Amino acid sequence: MSILVNKATRVVVQGITGKEGSFHATQCKAYGTQVVAGVTPGKAGQEVEGIPVFNTVRDAVKKTQCDTSLIFVPPPFAADAILEAADAGIRLVICITEGIPVNDMVKVKRALHGRDVRLIGPNCPGIITADECKIGIMPGFIHKKGRVGVISRSGTLTYEAVNQLTTLGLGETTCVGIGGDPIIGTGYIDLLTMFEKDPETEAVVMIGEIGGDAEDRAAAYIKRNIRKPVIGFIAGITAPPGRRMGHAGAIITGGKGTAVEKMASLAAAGVIVVRNPAEIGKTVQAALSPRCTV
Amino acid sequence: MNIHEFQAKQLFAQFGVPVPNGKEIKTPLAAEKWAEKLNAPVYVVKAQIHAGGRGKAGGVKITKNRAEVPGLARELLGKTLVTHQTGPKGRKVRRLLIEEGAGIAKELYLSLLVDRDSGWPLFIASTEGGMEIEEIAAHQPEKVLREPIDPAVGFQGYNGRNLAFGLGLPGLEPTIMGPFITMLGNLYRLFMEKHASMVEINPLVITTDKRLVALDGKVSFDDNALFKHADVQAMRDLHEEEPLEIEATTNNLNYVKLDGNIGCMVNGAGLAMATMDVIKLAGSEPANFLDVGGGATKETVAAGFRILLKDRNVKGIFINIFGGIVRCERIAHGVIDAAKEVDIKLPVVVRLQGTNAEEGRKLLLESGLKVDVATDLWEAAQKIVALTGKKRKKAAAA
Repeated sequence: MSILVNKATRVVVQGITGKEGSFHATQCKAYGTQVVAGVTPGKAGQEVEGIPVFNTVRDAVKKTQCDTSLIFVPPPFAADAILEAADAGIRLVICITEGIPVNDMVKVKRALHGRDVRLIGPNCPGIITADECKIGIMPGFIHKKGRVGVISRSGTLTYEAVNQLTTLGLGETTCVGIGGDPIIGTGYIDLLTMFEKDPETEAVVMIGEIGGDAEDRAAAYIKRNIRKPVIGFIAGITAPPGRRMGHAGAIITGGKGTAVEKMASLAAAGVIVVRNPAEIGKTVQAALSPRCTV
Repeated sequence: MNIHEFQAKQLFAQFGVPVPNGKEIKTPLAAEKWAEKLNAPVYVVKAQIHAGGRGKAGGVKITKNRAEVPGLARELLGKTLVTHQTGPKGRKVRRLLIEEGAGIAKELYLSLLVDRDSGWPLFIASTEGGMEIEEIAAHQPEKVLREPIDPAVGFQGYNGRNLAFGLGLPGLEPTIMGPFITMLGNLYRLFMEKHASMVEINPLVITTDKRLVALDGKVSFDDNALFKHADVQAMRDLHEEEPLEIEATTNNLNYVKLDGNIGCMVNGAGLAMATMDVIKLAGSEPANFLDVGGGATKETVAAGFRILLKDRNVKGIFINIFGGIVRCERIAHGVIDAAKEVDIKLPVVVRLQGTNAEEGRKLLLESGLKVDVATDLWEAAQKIVALTGKKRKKAAAA
């Protein structure tokens, strides 16, 4: 088991003929993902590494029964691409694109509300279910099928954590990058609920950062609903207020959204908070060892 | 991106949000001419810098005497203002806003931003204008009104009524109701059309002659949407930005200058923050945030090096790369090339992990460069802190 995606997931890559789209579609396919279609308007009939290209997502769905979309469309057109996927009946939309205007995402999020479609991202590395399917830009080789679910607002910091889990022999079930933007499709709470229900996931690592209060809200939810051990890390304890740290969403505003605050909320909810990012793996190992009484 | 108060007020005027009659002024002579033309009972001379707290720092002067205006302008222009938001170095005043003063009957607070949780635009208002909203929220949370706007339909009359009645406007000044609600709609239009990330009017005042006026104005824009608005881009004032940060932006690097002395270069924003944190845990302070991005090349690494070395506080450099799409051997080549180009005398620790990490480490070790190579994050952080710590002690002894 895993969450959201597995061997049976059928993927369409929007923006497949672009430099990033073609590179990562090929990488995903090589990992074992069923990449069954690509979309670039005006390029129907072409192929990318044996993957057929269609003009519209609607055509791709009709011809290939794809159910999940991976988006590499540039920022000015990405909102349109997300809505196109949703309208074509795609159930899971994973948007990698970084730099989409916030007000575009405000409209997209409102338009998706109440519909049977889930958006992951934007500005995220994607989703991977170890040894089954990779739908994103993460390096596949650092992942190994195992016991830990990962939820993160970051890209390379997630790879850091995953690498520690794999090296220690713990392995992962599914790793989800939820994105570094202020407005994202899916937050911690939905994913924590899925990991709680997944029989293979024994613990969850959640990686947060400064900005907003998503981690605080997740903490309140964990306290009431999550029985499995959750190990949390918050990046940016040294970040100054009022400055955007790379991610559009990583900014302390009005003294709110600091790492210290978030760590305190998580700790109060029973989450095991790691202060040193080099010790995420070790902390999970300790939490899962039979002698540990967490 | 932030803009000056005078620019925010120009935008307000353009969108039908009432502002005092005022003008951007750069010389005492221009101040004299403008004051003559303005011919107001009260003149307000305001320093224009991208930081709050100007009033307390002496950056706002008020006079009833027109003849004093040029003198006040001379006093402020070229002065360095230090406020709680500028840092100890302060900001040099290069321009002023000179406007007519208003008789204040009541000060309100109003702002508009996007609520991250719901994803809806949100008006925040309070009767306690003039105070910082965080202050009001902390001490009198019941005085903070929140009105979310459904982005599917935009600002509606009822949103305006909720706020107007919530603020008790009919009791304060009934004739202001209509203009207030119209102004809210105009602000919403400005916010969405120009892709603002925040609009704040503090204070929004009701004048003694029963007008509604935005006495201050702050607007910031979504950097991701600047490509849509040439007019907004034209308002950027490079004087208000850190020179090294401007250089970084032109090289497609994401850099924020900090006060510590270990320069760091990392791929990915989250890992870059975590690297700063780990430097602190190891006993030192980071000199910067620098994300070379997912597509780091030899050229970006070299550009990153140049920027780090221009910061005089930097005593050592920590490069932390987790190769995913970025291949570590390319980063290693970048470090080697940069070292040839810019003579690096400081200690450097390079930690490579992920795609082709071993190849990258081998390249560095065989390059003859004096760089320390590491695999583990914690080990690498301790190494660079130890190396720079020693340096500092030596300097202190000498």
